[in-house]
Amino acid sequence: MIRFDGVTKQFPDGTVAVDDLSLTAPTGKITVLVGPSGCGKTTSLRMVNRMIEPTRGSISLDGQDTGRMDQAELRRGIGYVIQHAGLFPHRTVLDNIGTVPRLLGWDRTKTRDRSRELLERVGLDPHLGDRYPAQLSGGQQQRVGVARALAADPPVMLMDEPFSAVDPIVRDQLQDEFLRLQDELGKTIVFVTHDIDEAIKLGDQVAVLRVGGVLAQVAEPSYLLAHPADDFVADFVGRDRGYRALQFQATPRLPLRSERTVVLGERPDSDAGWLLVVDDDRHPLGWVEPRRIGGRAVEDADLHRGGTVARADGTLRGALDAALSSPARRGVVVDDSGALVGTVLAHEVLSAIEDTDRPERDEDDPVHGGAVAVAADEA
Amino acid sequence: MARGGGGAVVIGSLFSWIADPAHWSGSDGILNRLLEHLWYSVLAMVLALVIALPLGLYIGHTGRLRWLVTATNAARAVPTLGLLFAFALWLGPSLRGDLAFLVPATIVLVLLAVPPLLAGTYAGVEAVDPAARDAARGVGMTGWQVLRQVELPCALPLVMSGVRTAALQVVATATIAALIGLGGLGRLLVDGIAFGDYPQAAAGALLVAVLAVLLEGLLALLQRRLVSPGLGGGRGAVGGSRNDDDAAAAEANARMPVGPGGMAGGNS
Ligand SMILES: Nc1ncnc2c1ncn2[C@@H]1O[C@H](COP(=O)(O)OP(=O)(O)OP(=O)(O)O)[C@@H](O)[C@H]1O
Ligand SMILES: [Mg+2]
Repeated sequence: MIRFDGVTKQFPDGTVAVDDLSLTAPTGKITVLVGPSGCGKTTSLRMVNRMIEPTRGSISLDGQDTGRMDQAELRRGIGYVIQHAGLFPHRTVLDNIGTVPRLLGWDRTKTRDRSRELLERVGLDPHLGDRYPAQLSGGQQQRVGVARALAADPPVMLMDEPFSAVDPIVRDQLQDEFLRLQDELGKTIVFVTHDIDEAIKLGDQVAVLRVGGVLAQVAEPSYLLAHPADDFVADFVGRDRGYRALQFQATPRLPLRSERTVVLGERPDSDAGWLLVVDDDRHPLGWVEPRRIGGRAVEDADLHRGGTVARADGTLRGALDAALSSPARRGVVVDDSGALVGTVLAHEVLSAIEDTDRPERDEDDPVHGGAVAVAADEA
Repeated sequence: MARGGGGAVVIGSLFSWIADPAHWSGSDGILNRLLEHLWYSVLAMVLALVIALPLGLYIGHTGRLRWLVTATNAARAVPTLGLLFAFALWLGPSLRGDLAFLVPATIVLVLLAVPPLLAGTYAGVEAVDPAARDAARGVGMTGWQVLRQVELPCALPLVMSGVRTAALQVVATATIAALIGLGGLGRLLVDGIAFGDYPQAAAGALLVAVLAVLLEGLLALLQRRLVSPGLGGGRGAVGGSRNDDDAAAAEANARMPVGPGGMAGGNS
């Protein structure tokens, strides 16, 4: 657990980058710092590993005041992913990854094995290990940056806009892999971004900062979307927040209807409206209008693939999107294995939404209300 | 036609002078002069490195004392020959034997080698990508480790081009040590002119040039071994070092005319 206690940073030129910040990043969770440019995110992050010293206040790591620890030792115990990767240009990818283990005195073989393992972990081809950073794409460099931070298996990770230098598709992919990795590793992570969508997607808890380094609100993403503390947060969280909040709402039991289907390569037995095409395992493939193909067998080229597919145990956002995107207006719902369970109509999803509770607003503490609870024995 | 024929005669007698085994052995033979020349050069280079390398690293690492780089660069404007005689007159009387000549000559060579070494080292460290330096501190390197593991290896292309410039200048300039009575290949040159043995003088100049070229090749090889391939690929640091190499070669060439023509002109 990382705890900021009334932390203020004023630079020598008088700029107050962080103002009286009190915040707890719970063990094993992702805490995202988000806010407009210059609001003090990087400064806050770098005070944790004392790359920047606070002017006032203290930061503790599992109850220990970091101000009293040896700087180099503290930093070796914290994984730090630097904006734009910051790799060592003169070292190969493997040697970059092995930096901290070597500093900790691991022998060459053990470091090498560990570096190889991590290369794979972050989804990079093993043959990239002998390359130099200049020979990698931006996305690959950022993965190496993450691998380097993970190398000595530190319990705490600081990540400064680690996915900013890549295009939206690769970023989405990196985010998914990051979440999968975190599922396995359960690190205590402080993650900085200026992208509210990234914050909502990745954070167990999101802290919104405003310019001047003041904490505007810290809460779980769903709470933040439902109850912005003030106009600034509401504005920053942005439009569509009602719709986006649905991604945090598990689907209740929807009234699913059974759907008439046709297996690809067979002839439809009716020519009314839209018919769902499935494969031999009942995995939905797309929709078809039988009267357009005139009674012959359904071919791959006939398929209308516009509709998304929702999982029965997924979120309400997924269910609603499946209904809205389906050409038949019936949203396709599948089980864990991807096999068809049934279909649902948009108004049925909407009435399910109306029946769910929104996260309750904490009237006493609008700034910290809805933050991830920290277990008593940790505090 | 006649000039061409005369040139051929000079070149012919130059090569037969060098090819004569009698000119290679003995205390005033080519081999011994070559060793002396190398000895003066290596001594000066080592001393200059001991001074300039730590100083350059310190200035680059801390950003303090930057004015020193500018100041030493300005000092290069002082004429080498004048400096040599000044030191010899000043220090010579208080030193014994060979030292009376060796010390002034070495001081001049060191003064010549320090500016390019200092500038190269300082510029190399300063040009290290700030993100890499920041990352080095961020992963928990101590100041010393940052210098040793990141700043120095990343600075090497520029450090090495400083070394090459300095080495060329030192080898070329060590020739003038003979003017105050020391050995080295300059001896062949100076004595050759003094006694009208022009093939010997030309041989001295040629050997200095050959030595400089060989040294340049050796240092280029060393640089290729020392500098990480990751620093290549046409990025900033490497582009810079290429230009510096060219500058080094140009400067070395400019100093080469300490040959028969120049000296003879000076005598008459
Ligand atoms: N070394 C410094 N000296 C003076 N002011 C600084 C220094 N570093 C940062 N600042 C100022 O402190 C404020 C916060 O900077 P910080 O880098 O923490 O912002 P940020 O939220 O990370 O912004 P961005 O999203 O652009 O990275 C800014 O106004 C910045 O100009
Ligand atoms: Mg920043």
